[in-house]
Amino acid sequence: MAMNRRDFLKVAAGSGLLLASDIKPANATMPKELPPQAVGILYDATLCIGCKSCMVNCKTYNSVPDGALYLKGRDIPYEANNYEKGIWDAPVDLSSRTVNIIKVSKSGTAVNKDSTENGYSFVKQHCLHCISPACVSACPVGALKKDPVNGVVYYVENRCIGCRYCLLACPFRIPKYEYESASPQVRKCQLCNHRYAEGKYSACCEFCPTGASIFGKVVDLKKEAQKRLSLKTGAEYDFPVQTVDSKYTMRRPVSKYINHVYGMTEAGGTQYLLLAGVPFDWIGFDKNIKDDFLPDLTWAYISKIPAVIIGVMATGAVTWAITSRKNKDKGES
Amino acid sequence: MNQKDIKMMTPTTTVLIFIMAAGFLVAVYRMLFGLGAATNLNDLWPWGFWISFDVLGGVAMAAGGFIIAGAVYILNWKKYKPIVRPAILTAFFGYLLAATAIFLDIGQSFRIYHPIYMWQVNSIMFIVAIHVVLYTTTLASESSPMFFEKLGMTKALNLIQKIMVPIVLFGVLLSTLHQSSLGAVYLIVPSKLSPLWYSSNLPYTFLVSAVLAGLSVVSFEIILSARAFKHKLPMDILSGLARGSLIVVVLYFVMKIWDLVTGPGLGAAFDGSTAGNMYLVEMVIGVILPLILLSMKNMRSRSNSIYTINILVIIGTIVNRMNVALFGLAEYTGRTGADYFPSLMEFVLTMAMVAFAVFGFKVSAKYLNLFPETQH
Repeated sequence: MAMNRRDFLKVAAGSGLLLASDIKPANATMPKELPPQAVGILYDATLCIGCKSCMVNCKTYNSVPDGALYLKGRDIPYEANNYEKGIWDAPVDLSSRTVNIIKVSKSGTAVNKDSTENGYSFVKQHCLHCISPACVSACPVGALKKDPVNGVVYYVENRCIGCRYCLLACPFRIPKYEYESASPQVRKCQLCNHRYAEGKYSACCEFCPTGASIFGKVVDLKKEAQKRLSLKTGAEYDFPVQTVDSKYTMRRPVSKYINHVYGMTEAGGTQYLLLAGVPFDWIGFDKNIKDDFLPDLTWAYISKIPAVIIGVMATGAVTWAITSRKNKDKGES
Repeated sequence: MNQKDIKMMTPTTTVLIFIMAAGFLVAVYRMLFGLGAATNLNDLWPWGFWISFDVLGGVAMAAGGFIIAGAVYILNWKKYKPIVRPAILTAFFGYLLAATAIFLDIGQSFRIYHPIYMWQVNSIMFIVAIHVVLYTTTLASESSPMFFEKLGMTKALNLIQKIMVPIVLFGVLLSTLHQSSLGAVYLIVPSKLSPLWYSSNLPYTFLVSAVLAGLSVVSFEIILSARAFKHKLPMDILSGLARGSLIVVVLYFVMKIWDLVTGPGLGAAFDGSTAGNMYLVEMVIGVILPLILLSMKNMRSRSNSIYTINILVIIGTIVNRMNVALFGLAEYTGRTGADYFPSLMEFVLTMAMVAFAVFGFKVSAKYLNLFPETQH
């Protein structure tokens, strides 16, 4: 026998314990509560007029250093026509050049705003900044992080290896990849977190003329959303513009809402909340998205690993000890 | 026939070298011009043929290494000693290829080492990455005696053989975790993956099907190389592997049916949809036919039937991995408006990987003492 049993057991137990001790479940918990100073956006589809000012300004104000679309040496990444240089096109979906988009869903003659019957509704798509983000839990190198104070889910370019597990993991299809680049990055809305230091906030809200997108603390946004749901359809209401606590308001009649604030519970809750006059799956939200925290699903597996390490090493060592003794007995007899 | 009689320059070898050269050009092209230029991947299909076939399929095929090594070194089933070297070498090639595919598939290839020191223990991908690194190293250690023998490095040979048992046990542990963690990767997409495949049991079905595939690959390889190199067929080993396969395929069948019945229900497999049909293809070829054939004793004792069963299991397992990674997501991505079919370059690179494995095995058979029992 090449090695005696005691040595072997020592090595086996040693490597098992070493590995087990390296996986520290204490560090592994994903956030499950809204951070204390969490900021977010409330989008009210009934107020949106589809002017796309938010899209233009999102691109403009994110194409500066630390912005979500910044690339050294590149101008604002408007959508280029693939065939002729210098010809621009409107984006049709989120992409690595467009991290915020206004879309419209329509049916029939599409004359009735916020109705599914011969009507239409706008929707604004960008990162929802989940309370417990699947992308953050999926990233093997911590290139996606959730700010513990304001809750913004942001990207750290120089860590990313480009495995694109975040694209797969996100139930809302938010992270986008620069496939065309030889040195690609993941692109997603970062809630304009590079503008907070100078007292500014998300460009999409700052430049929304109707108050369809408003920025603020998530607790305040939730209150505002619930308040709108409690108002009578047709009653006059002073809708805040730009931010939830804005001194600028716009008085207009309340439209009919679907009685749900999207983002309150979806995927465990998000910091981007939406109100609409039509069902949310009609404007592009996947109705298969459940209210559970997605990182729990993979954590159920990962949390068992230390036990598997100890179990396999111990069982293997004992089995080896028994079977090699048997073999020796056979050899001697 | 001994090693000297293995001819290197045959028409097959020429074809293999040609395919490998084409694959090398694709790899260079991809590194220079990026993923978009070389592949048909897009934002709704972040993972394509390379991940489903080369990585998920390739790693499953490599499971024979830890099973045979475990049987010989831990369970002391000496009967399988003659096949431990080819089994481990196959696994080593499988992992090298998976690692190469990952290197080319990730957008920032030269940061592939990041997971080694940027730990993120919530991530299944981190677990997968660490296992690829550790297990490829382990397989290299397990294969090293052949190289030390060849190079006449007696001291190194003695040292590595002294610590072989713990190395093998470590390999068994890493494989158990790695095979299952590849299934666990998909636990986070309940709203995207078809319920035909999505289940909280994914890690376990991946592990069990990899064991089945691993046994079949080893058996397939023994028969193939015995024919090619004109060795005598070790029928007792082949029947033993077939008996093992029978036990595993019964377990796997029960797990798959349990998942189907408690998940979307039996009807989902027969609804005529692409996903349903692909599920049937996977189950009939890779599970039900092998189960029926393996349960017959005369099928387990003839090399021709064992060979057929091996091929069925190998195809079935690859279809399963492609189903989880591609066909199972097609309904979701179709609903959201994106399509994916691998580009020519994706196919060529994958073919080159397979060619490399075949060529590498042949070179090893010629220059290393791969089948020790046939030499003495």
